Amino acid sequence: MTEQTITNPQQRRWRIYVRGIVQGVGFRPFVFGLAERWQLAGFVRNDSYGVTIEIEGEERALHEFVTALQRESPPLARIEQVSIEPLALVGERAFVIAASQAQAQRRTLIAPDTATCADCLREITDPADRRYRYAFTNCTNCGPRFTIVLDVPYDRANTTMRSFVLCERCRAEYEDPRDRRFHAQPTACPVCGPQLQWLTADGVLAEPDPLRAAAVALAQGQIVAVKGLGGYHLACAADDEAAVRRLRQRKQREARPLALMTRDLTVAARLCVIDPVAQTLLTGPAHPIVLMPRRSDAPVAPSVAPGMRTLGVMLPYTPLHHLLLAEYAAVVGPTREAVIVLTSGNLSDEPIAYHDDDAQQRLGPIADAFLTHNRPIHMRCDDSVASVAVGGPLLIRRSRGYAPAPITLAAELPCPILACGGHLKNTFALGRGREVFLSHHIGDLENLPTLRSFHEGIAHFQRLFDITPEVVAYDLHPGYLATQAALAMPIERKIGVQHHHAHIAAVLAEYGHPGPVIGVAADGSGYGPDGTVWGGEVLVATCASYERVGHLGHLILPGGEQAVRQPWRVAAAALAQLYGPDFWRLALPFTQQLDQSAWQVLARMIERNLNSPRTSSLGRLFDAAAALTGMGQIARYEGELAIRFEQIADPQQPPYPMPLREPATAGGPFTLDGLALLAALVDDLRAGVAPAAIAGRVHHGVARALLAACRRVREERGLTIVALSGGVFQNVLLLETLAGALQADGFTVLIPRLAPPNDGGLALGQVAVAGAQVGERQ
Amino acid sequence: MGHGAGGKLSTELITHLFLPAFGGPHGPLADAALIDVGGARLAISTDSFVVRPLFFPGGNIGELAINGTINDIAMMGAQPIALTASFILEEGMPLAQLGLIAESMGRAAHNAGVILIAGDTKVVDRGHGDGVYITTTGFGLVPAGITIGPEHARPGDAIIVSGPIGLHGIAILSVREGIEFGAPVTSDTAALHGLVSTMLASGSRIHTLRDPTRGGVAAALNEIAATAQIGIEIIERDIPIPPAVQAACELLGMDPLHIANEGKLIVFVERDDAERLLAAMRTHPLGRDAALIGYATIDHPGVVVARTGIGGMRVVDTLVGEQLPRIC
Ligand SMILES: [Fe+3]
Ligand SMILES: [Mg+2]
Ligand SMILES: [Zn+2]
Ligand SMILES: [Zn+2]
Repeated sequence: MTEQTITNPQQRRWRIYVRGIVQGVGFRPFVFGLAERWQLAGFVRNDSYGVTIEIEGEERALHEFVTALQRESPPLARIEQVSIEPLALVGERAFVIAASQAQAQRRTLIAPDTATCADCLREITDPADRRYRYAFTNCTNCGPRFTIVLDVPYDRANTTMRSFVLCERCRAEYEDPRDRRFHAQPTACPVCGPQLQWLTADGVLAEPDPLRAAAVALAQGQIVAVKGLGGYHLACAADDEAAVRRLRQRKQREARPLALMTRDLTVAARLCVIDPVAQTLLTGPAHPIVLMPRRSDAPVAPSVAPGMRTLGVMLPYTPLHHLLLAEYAAVVGPTREAVIVLTSGNLSDEPIAYHDDDAQQRLGPIADAFLTHNRPIHMRCDDSVASVAVGGPLLIRRSRGYAPAPITLAAELPCPILACGGHLKNTFALGRGREVFLSHHIGDLENLPTLRSFHEGIAHFQRLFDITPEVVAYDLHPGYLATQAALAMPIERKIGVQHHHAHIAAVLAEYGHPGPVIGVAADGSGYGPDGTVWGGEVLVATCASYERVGHLGHLILPGGEQAVRQPWRVAAAALAQLYGPDFWRLALPFTQQLDQSAWQVLARMIERNLNSPRTSSLGRLFDAAAALTGMGQIARYEGELAIRFEQIADPQQPPYPMPLREPATAGGPFTLDGLALLAALVDDLRAGVAPAAIAGRVHHGVARALLAACRRVREERGLTIVALSGGVFQNVLLLETLAGALQADGFTVLIPRLAPPNDGGLALGQVAVAGAQVGERQ
Repeated sequence: MGHGAGGKLSTELITHLFLPAFGGPHGPLADAALIDVGGARLAISTDSFVVRPLFFPGGNIGELAINGTINDIAMMGAQPIALTASFILEEGMPLAQLGLIAESMGRAAHNAGVILIAGDTKVVDRGHGDGVYITTTGFGLVPAGITIGPEHARPGDAIIVSGPIGLHGIAILSVREGIEFGAPVTSDTAALHGLVSTMLASGSRIHTLRDPTRGGVAAALNEIAATAQIGIEIIERDIPIPPAVQAACELLGMDPLHIANEGKLIVFVERDDAERLLAAMRTHPLGRDAALIGYATIDHPGVVVARTGIGGMRVVDTLVGEQLPRIC
């Protein structure tokens, strides 16, 4: 500590270190403003750990300064830590923004892309403003970040804005610490910034007003490809059934619901019932797609979300979207609502297009025209998707607006760790210290472009956050391409993590809970070390280890993956388990539609144990129940039957029985008898009970069984905290029923809020497990 | 378990267990080895046959043992000359069956123009074998001026398959598991050196030949991609898959690209020579249905992808043991 030689005892000088997301978010001008408010002297600068402030003045003012620093920090800033050290007085008069230290931004954080702020929105709608109707308006409080960053340090030369030279007025704003655009790297204006373009099938159209042209085309029922923040979208009028059908057919997307964008919250409220959590999500900095209960009179074409009681809605999150929707509203007039379908710009399950050439090529056959622009996208980033469950957000996809903000752990990791994540819905994660950088949505690794973005994404994150992993964590499934990538990496230490242990560990990491807890993983499928497919698991888990204390009784997957795509196989196999080979004589609609010759082959496969793995997956139990109830035979998108089954469920129904069976061997896992539940379902089907009631009883039956399982573990182990995760918990009805029952019974329930319960959250759990295991061995 | 499926596990056994123990490799890991003997280049290959059932539609284990080893020799561009055969017989194996197997071996060798020059027989206790296991070793001569091997595949090469795929694997599975798929499927077992001669005579610049046996076309292409460090792109709709094989695979939940063949070859040829080679192949009975299925590329080295019907690029992986679902 420096010796103090102070004449005025009221005067102090402090050095303040601020860590977190504090660069590129207007933090220095904010500090500058605070210093002016209390007339303090000193400086602020960016350095490799964040922001360092030296400040001197009256002691009471310094205290107030620090309080305000934390309380009033800019919207995009996230302060992780503030530490203060006293210094000797220097006696300056002024406060300045000092130059960044060399090698600065290395260890600091890149902010996620952020929805247009109120100030920018005001500017683009004000005819007197120089940014009136300018689609690329942004400031330090909003705009593109992650998707345009090429490298660190985060300044304009390292973003895709580097080719746009600031005009005089923009430069003046950029250099003025009192301006909202002080050091706003992507700042631009109509004079110097990116421009919109309207392209039709024949090439560039000399169209003076691309926004107007796009709005007119949409209103007329055309399909328009729109280049957004993290990639291209395909848009059409949401109330035009013919247009929506054409879009589905051209995009080869048969049934999966399409996302909507409404002009504003008021229009959204005409589509859906918006609860306070949903509203916070819709209007927050990330602006995800939010799944909400639809109104029966929602002015939306039937093909937007067939069979769904919910709609996925987002609000405009860039000036381009704000302007497009406003223009569309003006074109369609008061008789139609300003709602468009805004779905990913791709063909069926491919990654979304984000490079212009690729988009022209791939989306050309789908779109009638393009609303595009000349600001390159560096990182593909899909829209995030959230729903609301148990009074909080439930992320289905954590991507745009969230990544790459870190998830903070309770304790330091023992070393830097890379986790490679799952096979589909892949995200990876890099952990260092207390921070885990969970990546944006990468997607299905079996697609070559997606596999490439997995490798490129890992390299990009390593560079951005200056992390050199010493350990790589991976799923135990040897066929996951993420696992094969992990095993091929030149990182010596490799740690395999069981799929459902990772799901539960992700929740422990989020809550900073070391465990042990009761972990309930309700999932589709994950690799079980015993050669079966897991997915309905009751674990006693810490971050470092787990014990499988119970699981769903086995169902059969005749044809492996084919049985996941064709739930009728699981259902038929379950009926054969219950009623023997003559089950098809049961007078059920399901058995009457059964393909007898196909079933004969499957029956033989099961008998010969040929590509017919056993599974404890709850996802498959829901699939089977849905198929039996008449929701269909095959899934046209992942989880379709189970999803539609939830949608029709009448929640006011008593549960089906799903008894807990004692372990076959002492000390082994107990099982939950899903077949008993299906038998009760079959009885109801034969008695003519309505599908809605059956669906409700299935959901309650499963929730009741999982509650019984948790009670059992509490009795035996004295554990009262339950962590819930796994893709099946995207089923809000199941999650809320179970969470409510557990809470009513005295359990504390941990629900994943920061990362998805599905495989999009797997990498976070893998980091947590690997970290704990390395830590234990040290 | 799983180490015999011709997939990644066998490759791992070779690289991590056998090669270190044998002090190798002494050359590229191809179907057969080449050694110089007094100026001549001798191709040698050895293979064991453990198929169940011993008799199947289209052939039996004896023919398979002859054709399989001839094919491994032929895949080096060599003309097979002679074979040795070694039998492990299970006590209780009916002599009549063994006789049939031996006869068909003799016939297959004769038809192929190779001689059986030596053999060995061991008997193991009942229950310690599936009737008969046969190991054959083959010898052939590589004509001067021919350098063919997996390491010679080059970006830009055209990739041709000699005919419809998946027949052998589905035929075996059908009889072994007692499953009928509608139309009966017959094994394609055949000796390919005649076809190879025709191909060489066409003057096409052939870089690589491979018989896609265990692990199917997917395993063969992945091995070549890894050995030559090239990318491979095949076009899904151009791959000749018999409807019966396709239908069986859909029911079984298997990929036709993973199903074994015993009378097909894949050839990597200089792109400009592809049409000439195809024409030559189609003059031979075993190449009548030859088809161009894709190209080698400098993109994505080591990775095999299939362009799907809708224009997607699906990564075609080698099977890892018994495949459990990867989708959720
Ligand atoms: Fe999962
Ligand atoms: Mg061989
Ligand atoms: Zn702004
Ligand atoms: Zn400007």
